[in-house]
Amino acid sequence: MEKIKSLADLKKKREDLQSGIKLREQGDNIEEMIQVKVAMATCGIASGAKQVMDILINELNKRNIPAVVTQTGCMGYCYAEPTVEVKKPGQEPIVFGYVTPEKAEELVTKYIINNEILEGVIPVNYESIEDK
Amino acid sequence: MATYKYHVLICGGTGCRASQSNKIIDNFKRLLKENGLEKEVQVVETGCFGFCEKGPIVKILPDNTFYIEVKPEDVEEIINEHVIKGRKVQRLLYVDPKTSEHKADSKHMGFYKKQLRIALRNAGFINPENIDEYIARDGYKALATVLEQNDPQATIDIIKKSGLRGRGGGGFPTGLKWEIASKNAADQKYMICNADEGDPGAFMDRSILEGDPHSVIEAMAIGGFCIGATKGLIYIRAEYPLAIERLKVAIGQAREYGLLGKNIFESGFDFDIDIRYGAGAFVCGEETALIHSMEGFRGEPTFKPPFPAQEGYLKKPSNVNNVETFANIPVIINKGWEWFSSIGTEKSKGTKVFALAGQINNVGLIEVPMGITLREVIYEIGGGIKNGKKFKAVQTGGPSGGCLTEKFLDTPIDYDNLLAAGSMMGSGGMIIMDETSCMVSVAKFYLEFTVEESCGKCTPCRIGNKRLYETLEKITNGNGTLEDLDLLRNLSTVIKDTALCGLGQTSPNPVLSTIDNFYDEYLAHVVDKKCPAGQCKALKRYVIDPDNCIGCTACARACPVGAIKGEKKLPHEITQSLCIKCGTCYEKCKFNAIKIQ
Amino acid sequence: METIKLTIDNKSVEVVKGTTILSAAHKLGISIPTLCHLKMHDLNIHNKPGSCRICIVEIEGRRNLAPACVTECAEGMIVQTSSVRVINARRTVLELILSDHPADCLTCAKSGNCELQNLAVRLGIRELHYNGEKSNYQLEVSASIVRDMNKCIMCRRCETMCNEFQTVGALYAIERGFPAVVSTAFNQTLKESPCTFCGQCVAVCPVGALTEVDFTPKVIRALADKKKTVVVQVAPAVRVALGEEFGMEPGTIVTGKLTTALKNLGFDYVFDTDWSADLTIMEEGTELIGRITKYLNGDKDVKLPLLTSCCPAWVNFFEYNFPELKEIPSTAKSPQQMFGAIAKSYFADKINVKREDMIVVSVMPCLAKKYECARDEFKVNDNPDVDYSITTRELAHLIKLVNIDFNSLEETPFDSPLGESTGAAVIFGTTGGVIEAACRTAYELITKKKLERIDFTELRGIKGIRSATIDFDGLKLNIGIAHGLSNARTLLEQIKNGVCEFHAIEVMACPGGCINGGGQPLHHGNTDIVEARWDAIYEADRNMPIRKSHENPSIQKIYKEFLGAPCGHKSHELLHTHYFDKKLVVEVDLD
Repeated sequence: MEKIKSLADLKKKREDLQSGIKLREQGDNIEEMIQVKVAMATCGIASGAKQVMDILINELNKRNIPAVVTQTGCMGYCYAEPTVEVKKPGQEPIVFGYVTPEKAEELVTKYIINNEILEGVIPVNYESIEDK
Repeated sequence: MATYKYHVLICGGTGCRASQSNKIIDNFKRLLKENGLEKEVQVVETGCFGFCEKGPIVKILPDNTFYIEVKPEDVEEIINEHVIKGRKVQRLLYVDPKTSEHKADSKHMGFYKKQLRIALRNAGFINPENIDEYIARDGYKALATVLEQNDPQATIDIIKKSGLRGRGGGGFPTGLKWEIASKNAADQKYMICNADEGDPGAFMDRSILEGDPHSVIEAMAIGGFCIGATKGLIYIRAEYPLAIERLKVAIGQAREYGLLGKNIFESGFDFDIDIRYGAGAFVCGEETALIHSMEGFRGEPTFKPPFPAQEGYLKKPSNVNNVETFANIPVIINKGWEWFSSIGTEKSKGTKVFALAGQINNVGLIEVPMGITLREVIYEIGGGIKNGKKFKAVQTGGPSGGCLTEKFLDTPIDYDNLLAAGSMMGSGGMIIMDETSCMVSVAKFYLEFTVEESCGKCTPCRIGNKRLYETLEKITNGNGTLEDLDLLRNLSTVIKDTALCGLGQTSPNPVLSTIDNFYDEYLAHVVDKKCPAGQCKALKRYVIDPDNCIGCTACARACPVGAIKGEKKLPHEITQSLCIKCGTCYEKCKFNAIKIQ
Repeated sequence: METIKLTIDNKSVEVVKGTTILSAAHKLGISIPTLCHLKMHDLNIHNKPGSCRICIVEIEGRRNLAPACVTECAEGMIVQTSSVRVINARRTVLELILSDHPADCLTCAKSGNCELQNLAVRLGIRELHYNGEKSNYQLEVSASIVRDMNKCIMCRRCETMCNEFQTVGALYAIERGFPAVVSTAFNQTLKESPCTFCGQCVAVCPVGALTEVDFTPKVIRALADKKKTVVVQVAPAVRVALGEEFGMEPGTIVTGKLTTALKNLGFDYVFDTDWSADLTIMEEGTELIGRITKYLNGDKDVKLPLLTSCCPAWVNFFEYNFPELKEIPSTAKSPQQMFGAIAKSYFADKINVKREDMIVVSVMPCLAKKYECARDEFKVNDNPDVDYSITTRELAHLIKLVNIDFNSLEETPFDSPLGESTGAAVIFGTTGGVIEAACRTAYELITKKKLERIDFTELRGIKGIRSATIDFDGLKLNIGIAHGLSNARTLLEQIKNGVCEFHAIEVMACPGGCINGGGQPLHHGNTDIVEARWDAIYEADRNMPIRKSHENPSIQKIYKEFLGAPCGHKSHELLHTHYFDKKLVVEVDLD
């Protein structure tokens, strides 16, 4: 194994390694993070939710955005799958429907970064799955 | 590197392992593979989460879901529901005893709310057998910084200013200890880690070593650099096999990365660590006894001076610190002394790890800022007294500590306050007693421990403690006299005054503090020949309440010694001289007619 | 030298830095009682566990009491040695010790000479407030030493002697807490242990836990047996110490009274081990000259240095620890055994007594001598050359028992023929003495010249290891001396590693030599007593008309009449021995 020879070496190594536990550190401070939840029930998976989730994770990671992507159960909007809920710290969560792979990218670039509301917001009396 | 979507952290501490956590890990790995999820979910065996009462613990991240009392057969459901479908398994969540609410996130649990984890920062978070995870959490950064600065005194000053005091019990300022050792010139010095944790029910050090061994290794290297030692020795009880195993793995990994060994960080500083095993003698936690034991001699203390800093291991200047003390060092270097000293009270800085035990709802390992009150610890973190019983006393400081009563509940916990209250910080044992505890028996229990663990070197500890124990036994057997209480007090004072080491000097504390705080209870034993808590068998009296007794003869038939007489359908009576107080009649009676006096 | 001022019991005193409170108080005439503490500086003996806690004192500003024996004085210290707090604690601690001590003072071997008993008297203990379980250990009676560990107070003096001073390692604290006691490894008997029976543990035991095996009843019986001829021999060191048992000044030479007392006791012949010490010099000296001559003639296999073999504890020590060197020591028996062999052959024939009708008793300053005379190789048909070896202390008891007023006895000489001796023999009783005696004879035998300067002062002294080069008229011999087995070990290691430059080495196991043997009157840690005996030995030497062994007419006579030449055939049969490999292999079942 390569020896670590200096503080700089160590810092570089740490940066390489940090992604390995990033998920855990995020979880530890989940309330201060943007929480992205992808509905991953049968309906969601059938409409490509898995792919959407991968895209979201990649896009967010690429831009170093402090966000946590998790999957949840069916939110009950099966007609609009794949559905994604985004909750920014201190704000009410918003649920987006019909999130195609293209829209997933837009979700990151427009809503998450620039706070632009996209089409397809499901404007119902929202209840998070957590509260059910 | 695979991007995991979930991390499943499973407690691999000794406690959870005892309830099959390793089987849980196996099941996770197997079932994830079967479901093709091994690339999406990372399974991590961590150190102790502290909430041992409800182990085994499984934590799922990033959504921070905290599952308790998980059994190997629950794994399938967790994967199917939580991992695949994103639905939390409600029945495995913690239920708040007060509100009956399910709490998914441990941060919202009373047990964790008031905790501040510094020494335990990585326990239950990283895989202790993976140095990379430690490095990812700023591991070895403090060592690198210290070596790059190359100014031992500056580092000592940081530790001094941080106000860190020895967590092994004595509370001696760590920075000062290092400074003294650094000033004694010698061709060889030693940095020694005291991992001979021996208080009954305490497992702070074990958990740190099992959950975050690298923090201790890093700190020892820092300390070694500061005092000029190139050799580190960890004296650990052989009864801690898992901690030993993890230490060995960690030392091996540190050597591979060049973080132990020759020329660390190319600074010219050499440091390596050996493990030495103790046979579990309590007295070997005393630093001179520890050193003698490591040298292969009888584990018994010697008079100080010479202090280890002058003449320690193999007569060379040595510095002995406790595991928890070490675990604080890297954080202090990384975050600064100002940060550390902002936590705690005026003279006791930082946090303290306690092992909560006894009649309390949340038994486990906690880390709290100094200055927190006993009430917060017992009622908020500990969740109050079990079965709704009344609080009676809390014993801190292990066998050397004392029993504190309700009047001390709002005292902020720190070294000096506990000492003033007649107890001590000790290494962090905290045993909570409810109204059913007999305080004379409690004192006797601790004395039994000290008598067993005394090395036998000095007269007061060898014979004095034995006589204390015998006197307490006499009292709990109902043969005590008022004179015995005076003798107990005098002997306790003399032992404190004359014993050679810390063990003997503090061993009468349980006796003195219970006499001081529960004198009435002693009087009840001695004068009325009664044990108010009903614990002392010899003082129990079973009597039959004639109003409730219907003469069913169930008790008389069950009595093994024929002590119960009476006509059918008429109230029975117990012949006290024959009764052996076995309690069989009490269990047999369906009419609540047998009373214990 | 840096000094420190402090106040003890309201008196000021100035002491050198590093002085203990105990010593500082002593300077002021304040005698703080001690029990475990033992310091004999000149002999390099220091037992300071600080564990009995009898010497505790109160220091202003200190939380607890401090043991005066190990606490060093500090500038401005204010010490109280007898405050109420101190007296209460001291008495309580003593009561605790007594509460775990058999209260059988009246029948204890140490009664009247017991430091614990004296302390109880001094602190006025009239009642024990604390009682409970007492220790219960098995009594062990070995060849020399009785161990009654129920009386052990864990002062650890014996352990210090056995481990630090002697490096024998037979006795060590075992168990912990209340059952903690000094014992052998795995509770072996002393015989199974590496114990050399040097008896230094007995010499320092403050109580009756370690005492000698008492042979006085057997001696009384032998004296009363009309059929037996009872012969006694007295070792050199006995005559300079026995007087202490009768209230005389340490260092009083009581040779004449001693012989009278032995005659009054009823011994048929009162002889002197000094006589056989002279004989030893003839044999050992001849052996040394033989080896040196061979060496000088280029014999590479010759074993050098020659090691003396008079001390039976030392013999045991190398048999256990350095069996690979067992060919090096002189094969000459010790004076005690030479005496026994001659008494039961030459002398028995002379007076026409059958071997089995003769009893040989030796009075020795030593406990290992009890073990030595029981060794199988010193028996003929199971009949030992020396039947009973008693200590100086046992002799004192015998004298008291038969109503002899020792102090008013007339002085009489030893009987003939085994009673004549020289000054060279009497110095066998001290470290350096044997080798000095050997030099006196070897010089004249090697150089064939008269030795003018009889006192080899360069061989004398109290240092643990000493060396000197003696000029034998051009032939320079390097002489080494060690007393205390730790010092002997150092020299043996050098021999083993081939870095030893000596031609001859004298070893005695006890600190100071036989004058401080395990069978001598107890010194209770007072070095002055040992030094007074030391002076007396040399005084006795100076007082002798003949001071070289080979000039002893009785010795010359026995060679002419009986033995032939030193190291001759007869000598080898009677006066020489061989050694055994006793290396201990301890098998421990760890399950």
